[in-house]
Amino acid sequence: MENAPLSFGARLVLAFILPWRLLFNGALARRVADAADGRPQLDPPADPVVALEPVVQPEPVVEPEPVVEPEPVVEPEPTGPDYTAAMQILAILQREGRLIDFLQDDLTGAGDADIGAAARVVHEGCKRALGEYVKLAPVRTEFEGDAITLSEGFDASAHRLTGNVVGAPPYSGTLAHHGWKISEITLPALTEGRDPHIVAPAEVEL
Amino acid sequence: MHSSDDAHAPQFAVGIDLGTTNCALASGPLSAERLTPEPFGVPQVIQPGEVATQPLLPSFMYLPAASELAPNALRLPWDGEGVTRDEAVGRFARDKGASTPARLISSAKSWLSHAAVDRRGPILPWGAPDDVPKRSPLDASADYLRHLKAAWDAEHPDAPLARQEIVLTVPASFDAVARELTVEAAAAAGLPRLRLLEEPQAALYAWLADEGAAWRKQVTVGDTLLVVDVGGGTTDFSLISVQEEDGNLQLERIAVGDHILLGGDNMDLALAYTVKAKLEAEGRTLGDWQIRALTHGCRQGKEALFSDPSAQSHPLAIPGRGSRLIGSTLRTELTRDELERVVLEGFLPKVGAEARPQARRRMGLTTLGLPYATDAGITRHLAAFLGREGLPRGAGHSVVHPTAILFNGGVTRSPVIRDRIMGILTAWANAEGAEAPKVLQGAHPDLAVSRGAAYYAHARQTGGLRIKGGTARAYYIGVERAELAVPGLPPQVDAMCVAPFGMEEGADAALPEPFGLFTGEPVSFRFFCASDRREDALGATVDLSAVEELSPIETTLDGEPGAVATVRLHARVTEIGTLELSAVEARADGSGDVPGGRAWKLSFNVRVE
Repeated sequence: MENAPLSFGARLVLAFILPWRLLFNGALARRVADAADGRPQLDPPADPVVALEPVVQPEPVVEPEPVVEPEPVVEPEPTGPDYTAAMQILAILQREGRLIDFLQDDLTGAGDADIGAAARVVHEGCKRALGEYVKLAPVRTEFEGDAITLSEGFDASAHRLTGNVVGAPPYSGTLAHHGWKISEITLPALTEGRDPHIVAPAEVEL
Repeated sequence: MHSSDDAHAPQFAVGIDLGTTNCALASGPLSAERLTPEPFGVPQVIQPGEVATQPLLPSFMYLPAASELAPNALRLPWDGEGVTRDEAVGRFARDKGASTPARLISSAKSWLSHAAVDRRGPILPWGAPDDVPKRSPLDASADYLRHLKAAWDAEHPDAPLARQEIVLTVPASFDAVARELTVEAAAAAGLPRLRLLEEPQAALYAWLADEGAAWRKQVTVGDTLLVVDVGGGTTDFSLISVQEEDGNLQLERIAVGDHILLGGDNMDLALAYTVKAKLEAEGRTLGDWQIRALTHGCRQGKEALFSDPSAQSHPLAIPGRGSRLIGSTLRTELTRDELERVVLEGFLPKVGAEARPQARRRMGLTTLGLPYATDAGITRHLAAFLGREGLPRGAGHSVVHPTAILFNGGVTRSPVIRDRIMGILTAWANAEGAEAPKVLQGAHPDLAVSRGAAYYAHARQTGGLRIKGGTARAYYIGVERAELAVPGLPPQVDAMCVAPFGMEEGADAALPEPFGLFTGEPVSFRFFCASDRREDALGATVDLSAVEELSPIETTLDGEPGAVATVRLHARVTEIGTLELSAVEARADGSGDVPGGRAWKLSFNVRVE
């Protein structure tokens, strides 16, 4: 039965996992908060990106006190997206091409010559870093400005249609931008204990 | 058991390039009919806590201070639980060491061939403060090989490196002692079974591997091939002649150049100091930190300008150190004029074939540092090499005019540098009515040596083509001249040839005259070599001024102290590619060795008093 009460063991497991998942999963917290308030449960929205209504921060759920000291049954699953790789890319672009320094700098009042000199550092280093870790290829091999035809079943995620989009494929149009796709990406492996949040360590000259 | 034999049988032909600035490994299956060696990517620490796989392992070691890095910052993928490393090898070591040179070991290989220092002693980083842990040139070389071995074993758990057919390359100019130490470093790294191959020969094998059967159409009998190998820190020349044997083309290495500590890094540094002088003339100053960025920029500028003949200058932007980038970046440029003046005129001057490198200045005080070439003119060193006595020259020629050139080493990627060298060789040939040389197109100058070594490892197993060569030097021991002693004067010493030039693998040479040696106490001989004395036969005596002194050789003959054993000196070229000297019990009348008599191996004493 779907509504049958859970066994003690299952509740014990849940009692350990739930606080973590509530802490890192806003949607779940919403549903738990609703259930606790007695509101009817709705299916989660189909598109997880769109969330327009203001979300009430859920009350922190009080952890039920276990009766006995339990064995560590299940490791709490890491929840929420893992941003390590994203932080690592930023660290690489900063290290090789000073990208974060450049973007965090204030351009107001700086002369174009100075900006140009800095841009050379950024361009040269970031290009080298990209070349080392990311292989890029154009989505379309035609020249920009060429007339191309998209037949039925074309990959809509790899093409952005603009202008007079009417009717069904095949579509005929002009290639305005050939697009980029990552054909291969290999990031250096991080050893344990390396804090990925440090995208540029402070430098101290002794 | 049959199956366990199979498990232990080598599966791969492996070539290892233990370079002065970069190491590389290439391999291919021994079962292949024709081997196309593939480079092996080497995982290495590229930043604290980051490991990436790179085609080359920079031959640098960084020894961090105790709390300089986070505890696991230098861990490698194959390190077991709880392993902490107190050294980094590879790219991070190179990059970090640029800003903290006192903790960086570089050019370990050049130190390994430097007879004036104790090569088994903890002397590197050279001149580092006392609190920096030190390693010997031998240990550092072993550590690079250990890294390659661990990386290979992690990827090939069923075919560990120690069990494969390994060929390790050494500069052609390495003498018997440096070769012996290289083999010792490999053994210390857990690679006791391997063979040595000269780097320029390996480059030629790589060319043979890429050409396939077509190579026979590119060269003909009587041709002389010159391998010009200009790496990051060293320059090496070899001459190889094309001969005919039983209707087949044969290759024989006929001469190798001296060890020249001069390469692309010197060019980049020379450019950086030229640009620095220009900036300072404009009233702008550069910190040490910026010199490094400038050197790096000059290297890129050099490559860009050399590969695009239409560009007149290459922009250089040297960032400041703080987080402000805009406004603190120095902007200048490297012009074609500066590049040509520094690199072409400075390192590759247009000289005649009669030019010779300027002799090393004798100074009252000499430091023990690496013996860098004092004359940066690579073309003058080349003229001296081709003009050596004893090489097979054409009638009326003052130097050998090679018929074909194979370039190797990163510097020779640049067409401008290749054209410059070709132009000078052509001018030398034209001046004496000889035919101008042509270029043999090699590929991957950074990886050719390791690929060629793997090709050779395969060829040895399958009976493929091999370059003949033998030892590239003649070796001598010091013997006291038999004459009346003069009070107050030390007895005169001559050099007696114990291993003539060109001894092939497996050859055994024994001095006809027996010696009497004391047993039960260490005996020592002075030991010498010469790379340009092809004519000296076994037993020939020459003046010490004609030869170069190496580390002494010594042994202790077991037996009663004070007794005298009659022995003959034997020199043998081992399968590995090293020279082995031994004293073998002999008949006193000079009629040969005692059958089944005792033999003592003589070893090189590289300690420096």
